[in-house]
Amino acid sequence: MSEARIKRSILARLIPGLTFLVSKGASGLIVILGIVIVFTLVTMTAIAPWVSPYNPRERVGPIRKPPSSEFPMGTNHLGQDMMSRVLCGGSIMLQVSALSVLVCFLIGVPIGFFSSYVGGTFDRACSLVIDAIYAFPGLVIAIAISAMLGPGVVNMALSIAVVYIPSYFRIVRSQVLSIKELAYVEAARAAGAKWHTILFRYIFPNVIPSIVVVATINFADAVLTAAGLTFIGLGVTKDIPDWGWDLTDGRRLILSGAWWVITFPGFMIILLALGFTFIGEGLSELLNPKLQR
Amino acid sequence: MGLRAYIITRILLTIPTLLLLLTMVFIIMRVLPGDPVDLHFEKKATPEQMEEMRRLLGLDKPLWGQYIDYLGGLVNTGYFLEHGYPNLGKSMQTFEEVGGQIFSAFPATLELAIYSMIIASVMGILLGVVSSKSYNSILDHLIRGFGIVTYAVPVFFLGIILQLIFGVYLRWLPTGLRINPVVEPPASITGLYTVDSLLEGNLFKFFESLKALILPSLTLGIILSGMFVRLTRTNMLETLRLDFVTAARARGLKESTVTYGYALRNAFLPILTMMGLQFAMLLGGAILTETTFSWPGLGRYLVDRINFRDYTAIQGAVVVFGLFVTLVSLVVDILYAYFDPRIRL
Repeated sequence: MSEARIKRSILARLIPGLTFLVSKGASGLIVILGIVIVFTLVTMTAIAPWVSPYNPRERVGPIRKPPSSEFPMGTNHLGQDMMSRVLCGGSIMLQVSALSVLVCFLIGVPIGFFSSYVGGTFDRACSLVIDAIYAFPGLVIAIAISAMLGPGVVNMALSIAVVYIPSYFRIVRSQVLSIKELAYVEAARAAGAKWHTILFRYIFPNVIPSIVVVATINFADAVLTAAGLTFIGLGVTKDIPDWGWDLTDGRRLILSGAWWVITFPGFMIILLALGFTFIGEGLSELLNPKLQR
Repeated sequence: MGLRAYIITRILLTIPTLLLLLTMVFIIMRVLPGDPVDLHFEKKATPEQMEEMRRLLGLDKPLWGQYIDYLGGLVNTGYFLEHGYPNLGKSMQTFEEVGGQIFSAFPATLELAIYSMIIASVMGILLGVVSSKSYNSILDHLIRGFGIVTYAVPVFFLGIILQLIFGVYLRWLPTGLRINPVVEPPASITGLYTVDSLLEGNLFKFFESLKALILPSLTLGIILSGMFVRLTRTNMLETLRLDFVTAARARGLKESTVTYGYALRNAFLPILTMMGLQFAMLLGGAILTETTFSWPGLGRYLVDRINFRDYTAIQGAVVVFGLFVTLVSLVVDILYAYFDPRIRL
């Protein structure tokens, strides 16, 4: 396919989606706002190495300099330019959260599916284990696993993933349990459809919307958990600019009143988490008409 | 089922949950890749030193032997009666009893948790009620926005910002520790400084410890209040449209009586369940809040031990967090059954 045709086909899919969201009023606009925030931050992180004014890892000015025209977000205690660090600092957080969402999805969804479809003892055993994880304080599990596995993007993502697998399992399970009793599924079964046809062609498409909502909320949680793990010293490395790390490191400077060192990275984390929360909130309102009044 | 029978069944049902939880912690700490002793020494010890450490901590036994030691230590009533805390093994760093260290750190976390929960629920429920009463107004949107934003703010960031404003710039409140270091802490009776100082009859100490509590519990309370705002709002909107509320209004009762005495009372049960579920989140938040405010509780202990790579202590702290959450959910379920007899059916 030529490039122009790919562009056209992408647009052809995007535009109806966009008009659909706009037509849905406030919830649709919230989703759009969330998508814009996330898209902007991802793009910013991707192009940051080329556009950031200074090298974020090098000393480029005086230490702890308040924001000025030369350093719009000031400098930290190592004399590094905060603006360059803020521009580049999303990469680890985005990688960790994306990877953890992927792992959660790949493990939680299939288990939820088969557990609820098969039923019986297998289902009960799965639910018991999952509920035990669910009841546990999420951050504590993430800390324990992270402490055992050691630092690194993949390890951090795995330890966060374990915490959120139960959310996927539970939503998929409850949906499948109600959908599989519906008349159209029964009709398919009566017509002699095979079990995998029923599962993948009849039930799965109806579960996708709920999974998408859980995934976006999971994204926001993963961002915050990653920041939390970094804050208590289980972060990836000190070498790569990271909002979580800047916040952790800058905390020691607040007694000197250096607000700029923590404020900007902190707001970036909030913005990223807020973007995903907006998408999740808006979608869940769109998909659950019962909540709308 | 009577209330007593329900309570007994519920307690019995806790046993398999606990066993599962303890096994999960064991799997994470001992079976997953990463050997505690290797990690502790970071490859800076001789094989003899490492063997010695394994032998001292019982880590030289096969896994099932360690598992039995671990569960056996927890249910060893003799040890419990002698020390007043369960046997959680010895610290890799100091070789002191982990149970004792945790026992002395626990009240700080409990005090922080109680005050945060009070702030979160009072603030959340009030805002939720106001929001539902002014449905679809600007105030309603603002409160809903607040609910969403609290969800996206890292708890430690809020803590640092509050420290910066009230501790560094305004100098109104201390930025850390449970009590001003020049003041001697009250004699330990419950371990909760605000309660102990009142028992001692020392109002000065009471206000000092309350002052230290304000910022940490406000931080955690604000972050948790968002959930209460949302839940109260949804439940109130549903309840306010029910017939009995209209009937109460028709009888000429004051609007505030209708709202708080009738509607909120009925919307309260789901909120109570939420409090139980929120407790797990609260403890997670407490770890970060304690680290921000140098609050000497269980979370701070856990983070300190992580920095020392003290894996037996980490395991002990994780177990206690789990036990705490299980206990709270047990209490919440029993309270729920007490308030709503339908649940016992």
